[in-house]
Amino acid sequence: MIKARGLARRFTTKSGPVDAVRGVDIDVAEGELVGFLGPNGAGKSTTLRMLTTLLQPTAGEAIIAGHDLLTDPAGVRRNIGYVGQKNGGGADQRVGDELEFQARFYGQSKHEARRKAGELLERFDLLGMEKRAVSTLSGGQQRRLDIAMGLLHDPRLLFLDEPSTALDPQSRRNLWDHIKQLRADGVTVFLTTHYLDEADFLSDRLLVIDHGSIVGEGSPDELKNRVSGDLVVLGTPQATTVATKFENAVVDGEQVSFRIPNGDRALPQLLKDLDHIDVELHSVQVHRPTLDDVFLTMTGRSLREDANAA
Amino acid sequence: MLRDTWLVFARVMLPVVRNPVAVIFGLAQPLLYLGLFGPLLGDTGWQWFVPGLLVQMALFGTAYAGFSLLPEVRTGVLERLRVTPVSRVALLVGRVGKDVVLLVVQSLLIVLAAMLFGFRAAPGEILLGLGLVALLGVAIGSASYAIALKVKLEYVFASVLSATIVPVMLLSGVLLPMSNGPQWLYWLSRVNPLAHVVDAERSIFATGSVLLGLISVSVLVLAGVYYGVRTFNRESA
Repeated sequence: MIKARGLARRFTTKSGPVDAVRGVDIDVAEGELVGFLGPNGAGKSTTLRMLTTLLQPTAGEAIIAGHDLLTDPAGVRRNIGYVGQKNGGGADQRVGDELEFQARFYGQSKHEARRKAGELLERFDLLGMEKRAVSTLSGGQQRRLDIAMGLLHDPRLLFLDEPSTALDPQSRRNLWDHIKQLRADGVTVFLTTHYLDEADFLSDRLLVIDHGSIVGEGSPDELKNRVSGDLVVLGTPQATTVATKFENAVVDGEQVSFRIPNGDRALPQLLKDLDHIDVELHSVQVHRPTLDDVFLTMTGRSLREDANAA
Repeated sequence: MLRDTWLVFARVMLPVVRNPVAVIFGLAQPLLYLGLFGPLLGDTGWQWFVPGLLVQMALFGTAYAGFSLLPEVRTGVLERLRVTPVSRVALLVGRVGKDVVLLVVQSLLIVLAAMLFGFRAAPGEILLGLGLVALLGVAIGSASYAIALKVKLEYVFASVLSATIVPVMLLSGVLLPMSNGPQWLYWLSRVNPLAHVVDAERSIFATGSVLLGLISVSVLVLAGVYYGVRTFNRESA
């Protein structure tokens, strides 16, 4: 569905050239749901804008949904759906009108467009809102309208740019269900996100991008397994004593943390050993690696801190 | 391409048809000029003043068109449309079409109102007069959208507009004859293509040559549409 080679984009700014994307290779097979994960400013949106014909690459080439990005952008546009970061419905337009016009922009007849719009209104829980102005919809409703507009022509490949940004937890969860359903229907989905839980919950496979280059690739579990072991956190007054027994242990007051492979299985024996040397424990925690740990090991930066700072 | 343009036109026209408040308020300014300024020129002044007023309407009516694009740039509307197979030229031309249709409707209403005051016009003259106004609207509207897309910020766009429209209007002789002024001012107005359009519009409703005005408006249309199409086709727009 997507095959990109050496895709790059350099922007010329007043302070000199900026390489937003430095030659990325992307392969997405039919029916996959691929998450494109990275902190703000990593090059996610620039890459997505190149793949969807909004931005001309300065180098590289790509075949998107069977059409060459550089020589046949119109063919690409006909065969992909795109839901941008910002809302795509005109504030002064009625919901039903926006859907129908969008369908007709893809060549459907008036009759066909009306039928298709009705179908998507129902599917995205927007029935009864077709006569309302887009500006009166809630954030979650607008987002569902955006996705509905991206699907009117039944694309086999859908691009979603930060689909759940600025949504409340409930709308977010609802949106995720819709995206999962798309995958079940056989639509190939390529989405960008800087939310770990979103990437973890939705994606079959993740591409991690940082500073314009792809730094890691794999299923969420594969990526997590790259972090060597589970994190064990023990609460004990003898934290420093315990720390000497494990490699790379970190002491924080009456807490000591370290990583061991298969933490859940290793823990019973570990506790016995500690008891043996008279270590007094008042709490025990085992954490599976998170995608944040993955990101930290790959880039030396925490994705979460970055997202908070933004 | 024709279908695309029609669809883009219909999409932006629909909210206006549903809620024509803006069109009605757009008539307020020319009506005020007609009622409160026109009579100062005396009974014989209408033939001279009304054509100028029509050109002024074309100028003010379409120069501000770009403002309607800016919210669609700031939200993702334009971006969403740019990923559909719709031709990017149609995205411009359909919008300009809406502004020109509204301009022609408003101009026709003003001509009819002016006739109540004593303005005389044959149907053929009205047709030609409105045609010239429409062409000017195409030129200025296209340029307005292109400039809006380039500057992207309302407050910048507003100052660009006021800095250009006012001198262009003052030097076009819509309010008073440029020949009343000193030589240097008269010659300055001769460099302003809009002054020739005003002259041609006046000639349509009286006697005189429209040639220079037609040439001027054609050049403006070519330049405006070329600039607009080029800007809309740009990747980063």
